[in-house]
Amino acid sequence: MTEAAFADGLFESGTAPIERPVFTAPAVDTTSAPDPGSTPVIDLSEVTKTYSTGAVEVTAVRGISLRIEQGEYVAIMGPSGSGKSTLMHIIGCLDVLTTGSYFLTGLDVAAMDQIELAEIRNRHIGFVFQQFNLLPSLSAWRNVELPMIYAGVGRDQRRKRAIGALERVGLGDRVNHRPGELSGGQQQRVAVARALVTEPALILADEPTGNLDSTATADLLMLFDELHEQGRSIVLITHEQEVAARARRTVRVRDGLLADASGRLAGFGVPA
Amino acid sequence: MRFLETLRTGWDAIRSHRMRSALTMLGILIGIAAVILTVGLGLGSQQQVSAQIRSLGSNLLIVTPGSSTNSSGVRGGFGSASTLTAADATALASPVVAPDISGVAPVKQTSLALTANGTSWTTSVVGTSAAWAHVRSRTVESGRFLSDTDVADSAAVTVLGSETATELFGSTDVVGQTVTVNSVDLTVVGVLASAGSDSSTNLDDQAVVPLSTAADRLIGGTNRQSVSTIYLQAASSDQLSAAYQEAEALLRQLHGIAASGTADFNIASQESLLDTATSVSKILTTLLTGIAALSLLVGGIGVMNIMLVSVTERTREIGLRKALGAPPGAIRSQFLVEATVLGLGGGLLGAALGIAGAAALPKLIDTTIVVSPIAVGGAIAIAMAIGIGFGVYPATRAARLAPIDALRSE
Repeated sequence: MTEAAFADGLFESGTAPIERPVFTAPAVDTTSAPDPGSTPVIDLSEVTKTYSTGAVEVTAVRGISLRIEQGEYVAIMGPSGSGKSTLMHIIGCLDVLTTGSYFLTGLDVAAMDQIELAEIRNRHIGFVFQQFNLLPSLSAWRNVELPMIYAGVGRDQRRKRAIGALERVGLGDRVNHRPGELSGGQQQRVAVARALVTEPALILADEPTGNLDSTATADLLMLFDELHEQGRSIVLITHEQEVAARARRTVRVRDGLLADASGRLAGFGVPA
Repeated sequence: MRFLETLRTGWDAIRSHRMRSALTMLGILIGIAAVILTVGLGLGSQQQVSAQIRSLGSNLLIVTPGSSTNSSGVRGGFGSASTLTAADATALASPVVAPDISGVAPVKQTSLALTANGTSWTTSVVGTSAAWAHVRSRTVESGRFLSDTDVADSAAVTVLGSETATELFGSTDVVGQTVTVNSVDLTVVGVLASAGSDSSTNLDDQAVVPLSTAADRLIGGTNRQSVSTIYLQAASSDQLSAAYQEAEALLRQLHGIAASGTADFNIASQESLLDTATSVSKILTTLLTGIAALSLLVGGIGVMNIMLVSVTERTREIGLRKALGAPPGAIRSQFLVEATVLGLGGGLLGAALGIAGAAALPKLIDTTIVVSPIAVGGAIAIAMAIGIGFGVYPATRAARLAPIDALRSE
């Protein structure tokens, strides 16, 4: 894959980038960007990731460069073992890259230690997982307030914002329910509320529909569409074609490389 | 993350596993209660023993005869010889020879049957001098104590212990009554005030008579001059060792024993008696406390075990918290707080159980338990330290978990 081909398909997004607070301006190639003035949410360049398990070294990501602008809704697709999970971990600052560089909203993530990465995850990324990952002993709003606890937000403020986020995902009447008392779809919406509540630069959803039935899937994708319309940057990792089709751009990963940088499926795009 | 939030998170985790947390605390609880009770029992028995020894009198030296060897070569124990005599006592009482000795009470003691109004009661008959009451810190409840004249005259008088009086006459108002011992009619001139009992004798069950009366009229025999014990009272606690040396030197001189020879008598102070009597209970207390401390250690290992289980079980939770932005320190604090709360909770409950046990046990078995605030405070602090100490490793393990590995685990 050439840099040119990569750049070609990169920014044919259906929506214009939304202005977000600009942190630092890294030296990025902005020649092909539609809005040269804005900092991309994600700026990966020549990223590799090698795991060493004993004597065996496994290279899961072989050199991926990817830019995602603010306000973009991007799906990352790929079969099992393609390296898309590793890519997702790197984007989510859950794992560190071996070589290459990664700027998240202009911040040089590759140089950060565990404590700084924790802060980055807390401030700039909202996760939505396949397994929901709600704490079963806590009520919905207490689950949603979790990231704000680590951000040092006061208790009253946390409760107010958590309930606000739950109302936004349509669960205003379920704030005191525990995850066990909610359906799968509702649980995933609690998780989305938790991802939203810190107003992160990026919502990173890892197979968010993997454990949902078709109705709940449709509801969730509708919610993502709404969030996208409100200007959120969303990165969705999935292996389901119809889920990926809802994104404005699709990136395919195969064997640790971006297989088809221009793999956007504009024709299948369903407007929200 | 603020401390209060950490505390709340830890508390939530403990509450959500009530059974497990309760059982973990139980381990600490038992250990702490055991430590408090064993220390309390030890202190109690030491207090009991020292109270008994102090009840003998104050600034007391106790002279007993040495061992005897009879004609067939059989050696008796200490006190079996008849080497102490009333003359020894008289010499010790001299303020010139022994200025630091303020009181001397030779005692010739035997068990005899007392009869009064057809009631018979066998008790310890103590032949002694008028100084006995002062030396042994005893007072009379009614009547008077023996006088020097009584002793000089071998008078047929007696001072009864309060229990002896009650056994013989049904009351302690018995001054002027007569008791018969070995066909000798003794007039009761006084009744001793109650003093309880020491380890071997009931101090309220005895009949005190003049030494000469006991030797010549009640007991008789060939060794009329010999006495079983001489109680010496030093003029003050500062003069105790001087009194000891004077008594030792004088008795050696009287008995014709060189300073290098083996004395045929033994002088013990209250302190040395106390040391001997409490040394056993001190050793026992140390031993039992050691065992209790071992049970605390086992409780601590229980805390660690449960915390490790908890970390393993909640790997996903840890992963999630890390993904949501918890730095390693926050995770470590969370698990440390949890372990500390388990330790502290067990410690507080254990202290409560220990104090309750200390209050209840003396009612069931005849013992004294002294709950010392230091032991209770120390035990609670130790319980907390155990929680922290045994929580560090699991907490560090939790803090070190890589978020992706933690999230992936099932």
